[in-house]
Amino acid sequence: MHVLLVDDEKEFVTTLAERLSLRRFHVDFAIRALDALSLAEKNVYDLAILDMKMPGTSGLELKELLEKIQTDMKFIFLTGHGSEADYVAGSSESACYLVKPVNIDTLIAKMHEAVKP
Amino acid sequence: MSILNQFKPEFWQKSELSTGPFRQMFNFRRIWKISVLLTSLVTLLPLIFITSIDYNFTQKSIESENLLRTLRIGSNAKRSISFFLSERISALSFVVRTNDLQELSQPERLRTILTNLRDSFNGFVDLGVIDRNGVQINYVGPYPLEGRDYSKQEWFKEIPHKGFYISEVFLGFRNVPHLIIAAKYTLPDGSFYVLRAALDTTRFNELLRDFELSGRGDAFLINNEGIIQTPTLYHNPVFEKISYTIPAYSTHTEIREEKNKVGEDIIICSSYIPDSPYILIIVKEKDELMKSWRETRFQLIVFLIISISIILLAILGFSTYMVNSMYLLDQRRLSTLHQVEYSNKLASIGRLAAGVAHEINNPLAIINEKAGLIKDIFTYTDTCPQNSRIIELIDSVLASVERCGKITKRLLGFARHIDSAIENVRLDSIITEVLGFLNKEAEYRNITVNVDLADNIPEFQSDRGKLQQIFLNIINNAFSAMDVGGRLYILVRREGEGHVIATISDNGCGMSDTDLGKIFEPFYSTKTKTGGTGLGLSITYGLIQELGGTIHVASRLGEGTTFAITLPLQPPNKSAEK
Repeated sequence: MHVLLVDDEKEFVTTLAERLSLRRFHVDFAIRALDALSLAEKNVYDLAILDMKMPGTSGLELKELLEKIQTDMKFIFLTGHGSEADYVAGSSESACYLVKPVNIDTLIAKMHEAVKP
Repeated sequence: MSILNQFKPEFWQKSELSTGPFRQMFNFRRIWKISVLLTSLVTLLPLIFITSIDYNFTQKSIESENLLRTLRIGSNAKRSISFFLSERISALSFVVRTNDLQELSQPERLRTILTNLRDSFNGFVDLGVIDRNGVQINYVGPYPLEGRDYSKQEWFKEIPHKGFYISEVFLGFRNVPHLIIAAKYTLPDGSFYVLRAALDTTRFNELLRDFELSGRGDAFLINNEGIIQTPTLYHNPVFEKISYTIPAYSTHTEIREEKNKVGEDIIICSSYIPDSPYILIIVKEKDELMKSWRETRFQLIVFLIISISIILLAILGFSTYMVNSMYLLDQRRLSTLHQVEYSNKLASIGRLAAGVAHEINNPLAIINEKAGLIKDIFTYTDTCPQNSRIIELIDSVLASVERCGKITKRLLGFARHIDSAIENVRLDSIITEVLGFLNKEAEYRNITVNVDLADNIPEFQSDRGKLQQIFLNIINNAFSAMDVGGRLYILVRREGEGHVIATISDNGCGMSDTDLGKIFEPFYSTKTKTGGTGLGLSITYGLIQELGGTIHVASRLGEGTTFAITLPLQPPNKSAEK
């Protein structure tokens, strides 16, 4: 599975990327939305794991931009916050919503669930 | 005292709170006092003023009316007595003018005249003719007085000048009170003779007695020396001196006030009877005269007392009602203010908790990933040899991170609903969430919590935040009421088609009936010493009402308390629309 991981917390994103790689996922990561978009233009991803709150562009906005590049891309949102608006917006789409810290097994289960045809 | 307390209005029973967050802006006792005082002054002062004016005016007019009436009677009596005497003097004058001395000297003629006089006028006892030398030359009557010499007597010396004479009353030979009248006739040669008659005083006394005198009145005659001439009702006997001052001479009828021997106020009316030695005296007791005034005065005072009582009662009742209404409105205002304040406080705490949870979640996620990676390195790579001790330690770190994550998630979940509106809720998840906050306390205090939720409780539309507050408040109170090893039962059942009922029972200390009646009142707290504000249940009550539900409480002191919350399955406005 080809996964794009975007989070402004570099420590978090590198570690999670490494852990997923160890589990045989193809993971690219970005800490800024722009980097993520350029990665998406170059590569094809089955799934994007996005942080809800990032400086500049929010997770939801990034999702819309990525969808324009790759229409069949699936999404999982991660957040440290539990605000009502994010929750409603996140769950109303075909996307999944998870609050940090996430158990790796839960995340993988959700990832498989998301890409299931 | 306890009966008095029942009638005490609410604003009087509450102690004044002049400081602190719940202070009242108004001093209701003072407002009540001022209201009662001012209204009483404005209404009672004119009433008392008018009544006192009326009192004095009526008293004075009754007094002056009494004086005037007595004066009128005195004046009439004077005229009657004067007429009585002058009539008889005129009769004698007529006889003496129509009969010459020769005719009058004949006993038969004189007897006829006496008989005629007796028939025409009352009171004539005898008749005598006296010549210029004072010798009685003819006499008809019951006594042998013929030939008697009057020349030395005072009256005979006076009569040539005056032409007539009226004597004082005296006893005479018969020992019967009578008086003498006499008329002179002057002959052409300048000599004269006198016709003299004795009058019985019986007729005289009847005349005085006939005046209708109220107020223990007494009418009688005295002479110039104050010797009583006619019988009295309440005074000294005839021929004794009166005990009052003899009035000074006046041609008019006079009236004055004096005190009698026993110190009572009396009215004395006096009048000199013209051409006689008599003074008419009418004595009345003022106290008796004012009897009618005393009755009027009693009625006036009773009227005043009844009026004042009714006015005071009305003022007290009305002021108490008004001030109490103001007090209750103020209480409601304060309660609303504090409810808003409390909700704001909760919202602020919620936002703070959410902020903290978010800030903690990010580093927590890093710890989670880093620890996870360490474990992965040991598990998935060959770089490091398998070390079960390290794996155990890392699992423990991961477990702790998961625990922290649950706590922050719960906090976030709670805070998320602070400002929330109507949404689909499940009572079991709300109860579980609330109990989650109290798990540790239950564990420390060994409190057993039993939740019994019926299977047929559907997901329903309500306000999650409000429900959380309601259950948190009530379960918190139950925890406070229980000792170590307490038991809490939460029972949720469907109530008819449209309601669910949640019953929360504890086996804590319970409440007295007095407390039970007041627990939903704002600022009523049994936990004031431990910092209770007395707002928790009041706010809970308000929240349940907002959700269209009801709350009932049953409690026994020492046995425990049960709260029953009934909630509608549809929010109140939607039910109304239907």
